[in-house]
Amino acid sequence: MLGMSANSVSYNEQGSVESGVDAAQENSSIPASISSGGAASSLFSADYKKNEDLKEMLESNKESLKLEAMKRIVGLIAKGKNASELFPAVVKNVASKNIELKKLVYVYLVRYAEEQQDLALLSISTFQRALKDPNQLIRASALRVLSSIRVPIIVPIMMLAIKEAATDLSPYVRKTAAHAIQKLFSLDPDQKEHLIEVIEKLLKDKSTLVAGSVVMAFEEVCPDRIDLIHKNYRKLCNLLVDVEEWGQVVIIHMLTRYARTQFVSPWREDAVFDENSEKAFYDSEEERRVDQSKPYIMDPDHRLLLRNTKPLLQSRNTAVVMAVSQLYWHLSPKHELSIITKSLVRLLRSHREVQYIVLQNIATMSIQRKGMFEPFMKSFYVRSTDATHIKTLKLEILTNLANEANISTILREFQTYVKSQDKAFAAATIQAIGCCATNISEVTDTCLNGLVLLLSNRDETVVAESVVVIKKLLQTQPSQHSDIIKHMAKLFDNITVPMARASILWLMGEYCEHVPKIAPDVLRKMAKTFTDEEDIVKLQIVNLAAKLYLTNSKQTKLLTQYILNLGKYDQNYDIRDRTRFIRQLIVPNEKSGALSKYARRILMAPKPAPVLQSAFKDRDRFQLGTLSHTLNSQASGYLELSDWPAVAPDQSVRNVEVVEPVKEAGAPALSKSKPAKSNEKFYSDSEEEEGEEEEGSNSEDSSSSSSEESVRESESEENSNDSNKSSSSQSEKSSSESDSEKKKKTLKNKKLQQQKPDSKDRKQKNGNAVKVESRSESESGSESSSSESSSESRSELDSDSDSGTDQKKNTKPKPVQSKPVIKVEKKEVSLLDLDDFSPAPVTTPKSSILSPNLLSDLQGLLISPTASALQASSPVFVPETSHELLHRMTGKGLSAQYRFTRQPCIYGNSMVSLQLTLSNRTDQALENIHISEKSSTGQNIHRFNAIERLEPQASVTVSMGVDFNDSTQTANFQLCTKEDEFSVSIQPAVGELLLPITMSEADFTKEQGKLVGMNESSATITITPENVSSQSVNRKVVSVANLGVIPSGQENIYRFAGKTVSSGSLVLVSVALKDPDAMITINTEKTVMGSMLLRQVKTALTNSGP
Amino acid sequence: MIHSLFLINNAGDLFLEKHWKSVISRSICDYFFEAREKAVEPDNVPPVIRTPHHYLINIYREKIFFVSVIQTEVPPLFVIEFLHRVAETFQDYFGECSETTIKDNVVIVYELLEEMLDNGFPLATESNILKELIRPPTILRSMVNTITGSSNVGETLPTGQLSNIPWRRAGVKYTNNEAYFDVVEEIDAILDKSGTTVFAEIQGVIDACVKLSGMPDLTLSFMNPRLLDDVSFHPCVRYKRWESERVISFIPPDGNFQLMSYHISAQNLVAIPIYVKQNISFFETGSSGRLDITVGPKQTMGKTVECLVVTVHMPKVVLSANLSATQGTYNYDPVTKILLWDIGKLNPQKLPNLKGSLSLQSGAPKPEENPSLNIDLKIQQFAISGLKVNRLDMYGEKYKPFKGVKYVTKAGKFQVRT
Repeated sequence: MLGMSANSVSYNEQGSVESGVDAAQENSSIPASISSGGAASSLFSADYKKNEDLKEMLESNKESLKLEAMKRIVGLIAKGKNASELFPAVVKNVASKNIELKKLVYVYLVRYAEEQQDLALLSISTFQRALKDPNQLIRASALRVLSSIRVPIIVPIMMLAIKEAATDLSPYVRKTAAHAIQKLFSLDPDQKEHLIEVIEKLLKDKSTLVAGSVVMAFEEVCPDRIDLIHKNYRKLCNLLVDVEEWGQVVIIHMLTRYARTQFVSPWREDAVFDENSEKAFYDSEEERRVDQSKPYIMDPDHRLLLRNTKPLLQSRNTAVVMAVSQLYWHLSPKHELSIITKSLVRLLRSHREVQYIVLQNIATMSIQRKGMFEPFMKSFYVRSTDATHIKTLKLEILTNLANEANISTILREFQTYVKSQDKAFAAATIQAIGCCATNISEVTDTCLNGLVLLLSNRDETVVAESVVVIKKLLQTQPSQHSDIIKHMAKLFDNITVPMARASILWLMGEYCEHVPKIAPDVLRKMAKTFTDEEDIVKLQIVNLAAKLYLTNSKQTKLLTQYILNLGKYDQNYDIRDRTRFIRQLIVPNEKSGALSKYARRILMAPKPAPVLQSAFKDRDRFQLGTLSHTLNSQASGYLELSDWPAVAPDQSVRNVEVVEPVKEAGAPALSKSKPAKSNEKFYSDSEEEEGEEEEGSNSEDSSSSSSEESVRESESEENSNDSNKSSSSQSEKSSSESDSEKKKKTLKNKKLQQQKPDSKDRKQKNGNAVKVESRSESESGSESSSSESSSESRSELDSDSDSGTDQKKNTKPKPVQSKPVIKVEKKEVSLLDLDDFSPAPVTTPKSSILSPNLLSDLQGLLISPTASALQASSPVFVPETSHELLHRMTGKGLSAQYRFTRQPCIYGNSMVSLQLTLSNRTDQALENIHISEKSSTGQNIHRFNAIERLEPQASVTVSMGVDFNDSTQTANFQLCTKEDEFSVSIQPAVGELLLPITMSEADFTKEQGKLVGMNESSATITITPENVSSQSVNRKVVSVANLGVIPSGQENIYRFAGKTVSSGSLVLVSVALKDPDAMITINTEKTVMGSMLLRQVKTALTNSGP
Repeated sequence: MIHSLFLINNAGDLFLEKHWKSVISRSICDYFFEAREKAVEPDNVPPVIRTPHHYLINIYREKIFFVSVIQTEVPPLFVIEFLHRVAETFQDYFGECSETTIKDNVVIVYELLEEMLDNGFPLATESNILKELIRPPTILRSMVNTITGSSNVGETLPTGQLSNIPWRRAGVKYTNNEAYFDVVEEIDAILDKSGTTVFAEIQGVIDACVKLSGMPDLTLSFMNPRLLDDVSFHPCVRYKRWESERVISFIPPDGNFQLMSYHISAQNLVAIPIYVKQNISFFETGSSGRLDITVGPKQTMGKTVECLVVTVHMPKVVLSANLSATQGTYNYDPVTKILLWDIGKLNPQKLPNLKGSLSLQSGAPKPEENPSLNIDLKIQQFAISGLKVNRLDMYGEKYKPFKGVKYVTKAGKFQVRT
């Protein structure tokens, strides 16, 4: 009971000082020393005394008393009372065991440490100790308080603590570290450089908990260091959905700025957008069509951002919805903008303050894009219960939305508003009507008549506003409206609002020729009341007088002189000045002859009609959703949104994968094919991600970050190896599980970059690599593996395909053959310019391996074996057979054959790589052999470089890539020589659309378990006796399809695994032998491919023969 | 971001201040008071006020102004949304968010604010997490605490903070496992003088009260999900599944929360449950006027309309009202000029009517605009949009929960112009 009454007392006292007396009565149960304080009568001494009591309580041994005291102190702080003299007493309790007491002490410390710096230092050691506590909550809170103590002397300690916490195992502590960065920065901006290092480190963090906080720190400390974002861009985009909502807002705003510096504008006039891309995102079916002739193709990263932010429009947090909306406004192609409308309109149901901000932004948007909000016009109808500023904003929007079609509805609505009791609002409505009238010429007359009716309104402000608006309207077409002017003159006596009176006078003067009788009369009346008028009215009287004097001097000469005399002695110097000026101007005398000649032209010059425009007209110079936009002036710390760059900066900076120089001579036609291809990649990527997001994106980000590491390593690696161009680098360090996603991504990214580096581009490329490297701390735990000669690798491939298990070790990088390798002696070899890497001249085109095995090997090496899951491997078997592409008869002497190399394609990760052998069977040299630019089918084809000249009887081998989209549809294209064009087509066997992967048996069974039902197809066959041996089963299967062999623990079950080239879907084949039958089971998402493959495997195994 | 927070009551007393960075003198609030004075009505105070060195962003809720001080550029909605979240947290903890409760629980308020913001950036705003960090006050607990000296502050890091479902705490246990869903729909409408609908739409929310042990994974499906035009979800809802299958799949937070809100726009025809016949007129002479309002059912689908209340904001010149109601009671407050007619249940056989005369301030010109009527009503067991929950399934836990769905239709911003 004792404690409880103490409790209530303390609350009372926090409530008001006066209650101290009441409190004292209840205090009886509390130790006497305390109650004496409460009983003190005077306010001043009460405060003083109370603090004395608190001190005693804090110094007592009882925990509960201390806690009580701290609660009361916090109450004092909350009320803004000064409790700083208790500092020594409070600080003693900083190491208390009681967690609530400790927290309250922290509150106190943070509040007063700045004022009591020396004493605050006493507590530092406690925090330093707590920073090492095993409990992450305690570590975090220690860092929080330590960094909140604004005492410059502890800056080094803070710096140290932050650096340590940034590498803490607990993401919560790392998050706290990110917050601490900002605090330290505001305390000591000199630490900037060190802090940026920490930020850089934390930006790589893959925890969703940290992401928002570190981006906040980034925005605060170094918003200009956009280069820190590159490598993390994709990760941030992918993490975004799972970041907590406040972090989302900050990240979205940052990414908006980032995107504006990195991508080209999607708003080009001629831009045609790939509507497919949106569809492809939703349909898991990848019926993608890549049209290469698109004038604008969005950077895949740009698309990634738009796609990943879209679901956030459904967030319950209004700030997130607004942030996404502004992102779309600033970044999306115009035709995609409409998706934000609904969400913004939804926000209008929220609190008054939210409405205010959202309406402001809608007002800005609606000026530029009426269409967006027009269907929702009724949502902007005003209710009588709305706050005034909400009403005005809605009115603004309605005005913006008005067009010929809906103006009558809007005007009817406005009529209700004009009658509103809220007169300020009614006045605003009149302004709005005026705006509509000028904007839409059809209704000008209707509006004008309506406004004239309002002139007889009883309310002064309404009338005044009407006059002002009518004046503006009349200026546009004065001639027809002399009756309105007359009507206004009649009303003049009843109008008292100065602005309105002045407006009428100005109208009279301006159009005095239309109302020749009335104007002088008005002037006569005004002359009588001149002295009683407001200043603006007086000025207009002078004006009117001057104008009448010029047009009708006979009637008004005396009046004018009278008024000018009145004005001359007016108290206001403006009026005196004006009078003097007018007099000199219009009354001819000797001195001012020159100017007065022009008086008429000066005063009666036709005046352009004012443009009635929205107050939100230029608001879009500020980024939407910002404070600056709301205030319509630049707030401190506002970061300008840059314009789109004319040319997109190097997009490869965002790649987080290995950059490998590919030794190939022919520079691919980059400019055209690259964007298209990267687009492709992007979508195939997306599908994988989509599936994954369900499971939480942790695996995702870990994969990306690990791959990030590998980039760094291999890049620095590459750099060091640059001189001798050893064609591969391997890092053994890259850790973390490598699941299929990672695998694919690695592959893709690598390829993305490989498109670039050919020998011509090498210099630039290296420059890049150096740059990247200098940023990263070189964790060169990598070692390079030397390349083996091509002949070796070839022989290995030729050797039997049984090497499945030790493949990883064996198939060391095979050097990439230069291409085109021209068989005819030394012809153009110099073109290849491969100083460091002599291409082993290929003797028989058939056996040459053109695609970079290197790549796949690298992958196997990069991702260490500990990370099991899926690994691409090099093909177990490469069939030698080539297929006819163009017969020499049809080709007029040019013959072409193709074969599948079964290697990952270097041109695009979704392409199947092909090797083309072109032979000249004629007597003349053929010139300029190339594939025509126009592709007749939808497939994306990477052409080989034009062969300038092919000597008679010579042949040349080139490689190309075709994206079959995982279907066996034929790829049709034109093979051209200088003179001729031949239509050719390639029909892939289903087995060629796969890439082998290796995985453990366990993984295999696991994956197989996921792909059941529809995704499974199986058949039982009777196997021919000669096929029963394990070797022959293996050989048969791998010859049919490009699959990897999975080591099997069971005697009679053979397993093979691959993935489709385009979409990367798993294809699992297992053959179970049950003498004499065999059961073939194929599991893949691609059911069509599955059944086709099944048929082929079946045929292979049932047929005898080699 | 957010530098400081000041709580100011309607009378202009500053009763709580909290600073997250260096202390900013409370004199900064003078700019706010200035704006407050200018605005006359508290609702008209601009949410963003500029001062020479700072920006004040404020919200007005439950008769309290939450005034935050900002120094640099920040999305204003970020701050506004956060302030509302603070107010909601107070409401959640103390039952109501009022000056008295805040003053009574100042220590908890302070602890909460400390946890919710770090250096001005939101740290923990999820109610499940906060409740693990700081336990809400209950009579029993405060009793126990005072006797044992234990505290309201949790000792461990909230489990949610680290998991990828931050909204739910781990180790929830109930003896009665139950999940209730309330489908609440509000009709926003403007009817004009003649009774035709100028504008009508439906705003719906699904409030949930889920008390289930462990980590249940729930799936809620609708009979007619196509109705839902525009939705927003609690972060727990898997958006992808909604996109593809139109079901709501989620691991719920523990306790009360708003699962989703939706919006059925004016494009669909909205049934208006009642009609209002009114005649309010003011005479040119004699400083008086007449009022006659009848309310009747329109499209109620056979349900009873309850809690019917008509509110009229009278023009300033109306001094008093002398009326008679056939049903319910009426009250005219001459200070706020609000006429409130509480009808109760609507009886279709005998339509409620309010009739009588109004007396105006003598000499004043007659008001130009007739006041508009605001209607409040409630229909139980009925969602006006026709939305129906089909089923609720639970995965991941063994027990069989008790499930319940309730429908309610209310009037939102329902206004009849006269």
